[in-house]
Amino acid sequence: MSENVKDKVIEIIAEQAVLEPSDVKMESTLEDLGIDSLGLVESIFAIEEAFDIQVPFNANEPTESEFDISSVAAIVTAVESLVAEKHA
Amino acid sequence: MKRVVITGQGTINALGHSVPETLAAFREGRCGIGELDIQDLDRLSIRIGGQVRGYDPEAHFNRQQIALYDRFTQFTLLAARQAVGQAGLTFSDELSEEAGVVLGTSGGGMNTLDENYRSVYEEGKNRVHPFVVPKLMNNAAASHVSMAYNLKGPSFTVATACASSNHAMGQAFQMIRSGMSRVMVTGGSESMLCFGGIKAWEGLRVMSKDACRPFSANRNGMVQGEGAAVFVFEEYEHATARGAEILAEVIGFAMTSDASDIVMPSRQGAARAIAGALRDARLAPADVGYINAHGTGTAANDKTECAAVADVFGAHADRLMMSSTKSMHGHLIGGTGAVELLACIMALREGVIAPTVGYEEPDPECALDVVPNEAREVQVDVVLSNAFAFGGLNAVLALRRV
Repeated sequence: MSENVKDKVIEIIAEQAVLEPSDVKMESTLEDLGIDSLGLVESIFAIEEAFDIQVPFNANEPTESEFDISSVAAIVTAVESLVAEKHA
Repeated sequence: MKRVVITGQGTINALGHSVPETLAAFREGRCGIGELDIQDLDRLSIRIGGQVRGYDPEAHFNRQQIALYDRFTQFTLLAARQAVGQAGLTFSDELSEEAGVVLGTSGGGMNTLDENYRSVYEEGKNRVHPFVVPKLMNNAAASHVSMAYNLKGPSFTVATACASSNHAMGQAFQMIRSGMSRVMVTGGSESMLCFGGIKAWEGLRVMSKDACRPFSANRNGMVQGEGAAVFVFEEYEHATARGAEILAEVIGFAMTSDASDIVMPSRQGAARAIAGALRDARLAPADVGYINAHGTGTAANDKTECAAVADVFGAHADRLMMSSTKSMHGHLIGGTGAVELLACIMALREGVIAPTVGYEEPDPECALDVVPNEAREVQVDVVLSNAFAFGGLNAVLALRRV
């Protein structure tokens, strides 16, 4: 399942960044990929829809949120744990 | 006071996706009203409208733009592209700092509201797309036009129901006339042909189930339309200095409030607005050759409007022409005055008066020359455009041939 989460998250981020999934590296930041604040909330919406989860993210204080968006890898890890919680 | 001219126009509406297509329909007296193609039509008792046909958003906008632009914004941007393109202006430096955009709309992003209410109420979803608010807000179209053309001056949206566009264009006119700006992008748009939009209008019981027949004795109500029209208003010296083609001159504007009823029109309020526009333009009643009527096709509006025109023009009321192009494109609510200004400009530039189509029986209470069913070739020098909104807010523009 884990691979699926990673692939799906990358697919969502790639679509937002108008890139091929292969161009989205795990160490990339959203800034590297050219995703702005509206693109970020749209990505979070797409992630919530794709996995049927609630992402704890407040655009007013993105760095204070429990949801780590510092890199693609961090987002994948955070989504994996939310998906695991849902199935727990 | 500065003179104000129009140097660009653009539109998309039920009669076409451009100004030439729309004017061709006006000349031919072609009606763009037909059966609506929308979700849950079977639950509506009103099933006709002036819908924009053959429209593919993906032919004009990318996926990210479509995610952010409600249909009323898309229509506005397409009309603005035509208008600014025709004007041949680019906005940089000082011009960019002072040029702005003032647009009319009544419902703003009604389709966005409708789709998302459907999703949370009907489908029980607990999550909506993050762009719902920036998509539905009434000023979204004006803001996107400002971003598309680098317009950094006074920009806002006017919402006065069916007079929104006339109020917006009146503001743009006054800003240029007073010297506040040399160029303003203005007009309006509406897109409320969705289940909720039609259902709300059904409730008022003023809608026709078969046709919009303004001034005809057998008229039975209004028909909604959708679309946009956008214009470039420009200070006369600025336009002539750069050799721009001038489509018409805006010479007067007046607005009044009936202060009496939330839906019923007022003869006095309408007459004061018409007389005010004449005064503002320093015109005598006999100067006016054509009026583009508000002419909704409701019992109340049409007879009140004719009475107001008779009051202001006296004997000249029998000599001027007054038609309602809503009979062809439907009532675009907040965008209607903008689309109707196209017919005013056509009258001045081409000497062709757009007809009132669907006219079947004379009504003694609307005994003016309403240019029934067929366009007419008559040279006119001065025209008026009437808009009388729910809420009793009236706005009338005066234009002259250049």
